[in-house]
This record gives sequence, structure tokens and C-alpha cells, in this order.
Amino acid sequence: MPLLETKNVTIRFGGLTAVSDFNLTIEPHELVGLIGPNGAGKTTIFNMLTGVYRPNEGAIFVNGKATRNCKPYDITALGVARTFQNIRLFKELTVLDNVKIGGHIHYKYSSASAVLHTNRFHEAESIAEADAIELLRIFNLDKRAQFYARNLPYGDQRRLEIARAMAVRPKLLLLDEPAAGLNTGETMELMEKIHEIRDRFNLTILLIEHNMELVMGICERIVVLNFGKTIAHGTPEQVRSNPVVIEAYLGEPVEA
Amino acid sequence: MKRLPWWLRDLIYGAIFIAVLIGASYGMDAIHIAGIAYYQRIVVLMGINIILAVSLNIINGHAGQFSLGHAGFMAIGAYFAAFLTYFYFAPYVNRFPAGTEQWVLQNALLLVAVLLGGALAALAGYLVGLPSLRLRGDYLAIVTLGFGEIIRVVILNIDKIGAARGFTGIPNWANFFWVYLFCGITILISWRLVQSSVGRAFLAIREDEIAAEAMGVDATKYKVKAFIIGSFMAGVSGGLFAHFMMYLNPDMFRFLRSFEVVVMVVLGGLGSISGSIVAAIILTYLPEGLRLAKPFLHIEKDPRMVIYSIMLIVLMLTRPQGLLGRRELWQVLKRRKDAPKEEPDAAARN
Repeated sequence: MPLLETKNVTIRFGGLTAVSDFNLTIEPHELVGLIGPNGAGKTTIFNMLTGVYRPNEGAIFVNGKATRNCKPYDITALGVARTFQNIRLFKELTVLDNVKIGGHIHYKYSSASAVLHTNRFHEAESIAEADAIELLRIFNLDKRAQFYARNLPYGDQRRLEIARAMAVRPKLLLLDEPAAGLNTGETMELMEKIHEIRDRFNLTILLIEHNMELVMGICERIVVLNFGKTIAHGTPEQVRSNPVVIEAYLGEPVEA
Repeated sequence: MKRLPWWLRDLIYGAIFIAVLIGASYGMDAIHIAGIAYYQRIVVLMGINIILAVSLNIINGHAGQFSLGHAGFMAIGAYFAAFLTYFYFAPYVNRFPAGTEQWVLQNALLLVAVLLGGALAALAGYLVGLPSLRLRGDYLAIVTLGFGEIIRVVILNIDKIGAARGFTGIPNWANFFWVYLFCGITILISWRLVQSSVGRAFLAIREDEIAAEAMGVDATKYKVKAFIIGSFMAGVSGGLFAHFMMYLNPDMFRFLRSFEVVVMVVLGGLGSISGSIVAAIILTYLPEGLRLAKPFLHIEKDPRMVIYSIMLIVLMLTRPQGLLGRRELWQVLKRRKDAPKEEPDAAARN
């Protein structure tokens, strides 16, 4: 069974059709890239996958379950985690707390337990702490666990977003431009990290990225979007040599 | 080291706290200086304001939902508790001869009245919390403001509880002990919540609701939860207020009352529990303490409210983040090693 399946997903904002007839099937453990010029509708697709927007037409299935009536937190509970294009960390909280909130759905106890400090509370909190530190260590952020998130350098903030999403213990990880604003060295490091976590946690990843080096380097399959329509689909080599893609990015060839 | 069972540990701390409170209230009763009753009164009112400020801090400071209706919740708790006591509990207690039995009954029924007042306020908090599913910031503030006024006008029109004449003849059952007992409970609940996953969910919603929902936090549920907890405590403080003042009037719960509590929370630092406490103490004492300034100023009119307002303006200009910011008192005083690191230029950068 595919982990993620979208069937003819269409969304309109007023008269603008942002995404039309989007079809995508992702099998477990795949690493798929979603590319396209600015305004192509990539982030809109992420927002539909995570329940922020509801598509006008079509259906989305996560692990075979239709997500039409799911709130964002229900979809998170199905094992979908995401990062944001314009970093959305909990800025006034510590790095550690950011990651702990990522694991929110896994540390359940009642408010009464929290107030009375029952054994259940202590157990859950020590697991939360251990999990968060473990994740921070993977992303080399453990030394900054007590920093406020807003005080982190930009690259660390990007990595913290991924660490926070990993705390959800997702099956499917959606990365929205994880390399935006990173320099070449940091991007290479990030590529390795994405590979590492995919193998370590048996993840399936869908990522949006403008950095072609990264996309072509790590994705097994690439979907190209332009003006809300899928214009190409295939392996990096196929996509790179596809004339329609070249036209979307560079414009029509000039007739001699 | 093995941890004590949770109930035993809390029971021991609770017993110590109650013993200290009993000691303090006997101590206060034992002082016989002219005019001391005035200061004792201020101390009790401080306790009531601390409960209000700390509870509003859960809604405004932790969950980030700007509420201007705290006086409304307080009014519900105050009137409902007073209603229960005046019409049902006091006549019952008075059938017993004065003595230990009557004393025990009186205090037990006070507890019941105050908790039921809190429960009704919590129900109102639930109902007001519902629109907060859809409204944000200023809009929510206006809804809660309207709610507070509705409560006041409704009370103003119920003749049985005194309407515009006010509710007189409420027995004087609340005292230093009860007020500070609930003060302690409020602070404990607020503190332990914010250290838990529930509190982290509140903070996450305050910081970024979309990101919080993407992390699996049901924002609606937690916002309503914050409203319920905060309004329950406001209702409790109202019940205590009623049984301490022995008189209630709808004018006591005007918008200005809500606003005073908001000022305490903002002045202390949104999200800082100890900040709310410190600000509640200062702002309760200040209007009274400034009476002392009059003889030095050689003017006929009493300028204390003018000075009070100027002090607020100066405080907000010099410390817009509140006295303690988002931190707690001991973090500010000690700068502990594990306290969150702060770079002074970071705020400007973002």
C-alpha cells in the first residue's frame, strides 16, 4: 500500500486555480522531490497534505486513510510531519522545549497528573527529555539545548525545524525548502543528514527545494510543477533533459 | 535516591504550607496596633489579586489568548458563591449553636460555595472559550470584553441578588487563611501546568498556532482548557472576595477591574508567574501606599491616582517586556547556569 496517495487534487483560491489535478503516489522509504518555479503551487500542496487547506476536489490518502475531514493535528497523528519554508519555530522557547513539543502526541497524561506530579507524569517527562536530547544530538544541537530558539544561527534554526518534525516520529516527512538560505557547505551537510535520518528511522520523504544540486543529488524521483499543473515526472536524469521543464525554468528557446 | 510516592510528598508539602498559613493568621490576629486592620485588609486583597493575576496569566501569558473578561468570571464566582451562602448555607449554619461544630461546618460550606462559584465561572469560561476557536488577538479581546459587560448587566437586573443596590449581608467567612490557601493552590497549578506537556502546548499555541497544530497540538482544545482553568480560579477568587468584603455590587466588576488584572499581568511580564505575583502585590499596595505621599506635596487634592498612572507609564516605557519579561523571578535574580541563554542583540536581529 502506498504511504501517500493523492487523486486529482485541485484547489482554487477565488478565481485562481492554485493546483489542479495533482496526482502523486509515494511508496514507503521513497525520497521524492517536488520542484517548480516560484508560485507553482508547491507549498500549497504541502498545506493540503497537512490539512491546513482543504482541497476543492480530489482526495488525499495517508496510509490508505482519507484525510478529507482531518484537522492538521489528526494528520500529524497519522504520522505526517513537516517543516516550514519560512521557519516557524517557537521562538521564545528553548531549543529543548521546541523538540519536546514536536513529540506532544507521544507524551500523554492528564492535566491532573501534571498538577499532582504523579508517577505517570515523571515517566512521560523523562522519556520526553531523553527523546529530545537524542534528536538534538543527531542534529548537533545538543550543546544549545537551553538557548532560546530565536537566538540560534539561521542554519541551526533550519536543522532545529527538522529535529522538531522528527520528534513527531513520522512515517512521512515533508520538508519545505530545507536548504533555503544555507551555504554550499551547509547544504552538503544537510543532504547527508537527510540520507542518514531516512535510513535510521526508515522514513519516507517528500521535499520541496530550489537548490537543484540537492534535489538532483538525493531524490530518486522528481515531480515538476508549473502553474499548478504537473508538467514532468521521473528520475532526475529524465527530468533534467525534459524540454518542458527546461522551458518552464529558462523560457522558450529563441528561434534563430 | 528513591522518590517518595507522589501523594505522600504533596501531602507533606501541603501540610507544611497549611501549618505556616495557620501560624501566620494567628500571628496576624495577635498583633494589636492601632490601624493594623487596614494593613491586614490590604494583605488579604493582595492575595485575591494574586489569584486573579496568576489565573489570567495562564490565559493571556501562557496560551496567548488576549482576554479582557476576567472581572466577568470573577463576578460569576462571587455572586454565585454569595448566593449559595446567603440563601442556603448561612441559615443552615446559624441553626447550630456557636462552637466547634458550627465553625467546622461554616468553613466546609465556604469551601463548597467557593468551589461551586469557581465551577460556574469555569462553565462560563468554556462558553467564552468556544469563540476563541475562530477569533484571534484584538477580536477575541472585544468578545471577552463584551462578555464581561453582559455578565455585569445581567447581575444588575437580577433583583434577588441585590441588582443595583448591591448584595448585602454576606457572612464574613473568608479570611487570610482561605485566601492564601487558594493563592498557593493557584500558583502551584499554574507552575506545574507550565512545566508539563499541557503547558508546553499552551506556549506553543502562543508562539505559533499553525506550527503547534502541525506538531499534533489540538489548539482549540488547549485554548478552551486554558480558559476553563483561568476562569475557574477567577471564580474562586470572586467567591473569596465576596465572603471577605461581605458586600458585592455590579460596579465592582466593571471593565476597569478586568483591566487592572491585565495591567498586573503585562506589568509583571506576560507568561511569568512570579512576575504576575510581584505586580499584583505592587499594584494592590501602590494606590494605598501613595496616600502617604500627600503630606509631602502640599497640594489640596489627593494626587495618588495621578502618580499611580505616571508610574505605570514610566514602567512600561522603561521595561516594555514587563518587570520580569518572560522569565521567573529566580532566573532574573540568579542567572542560573541552565537558564535560557540570551544574546542582547538577538531581539533586534529578528
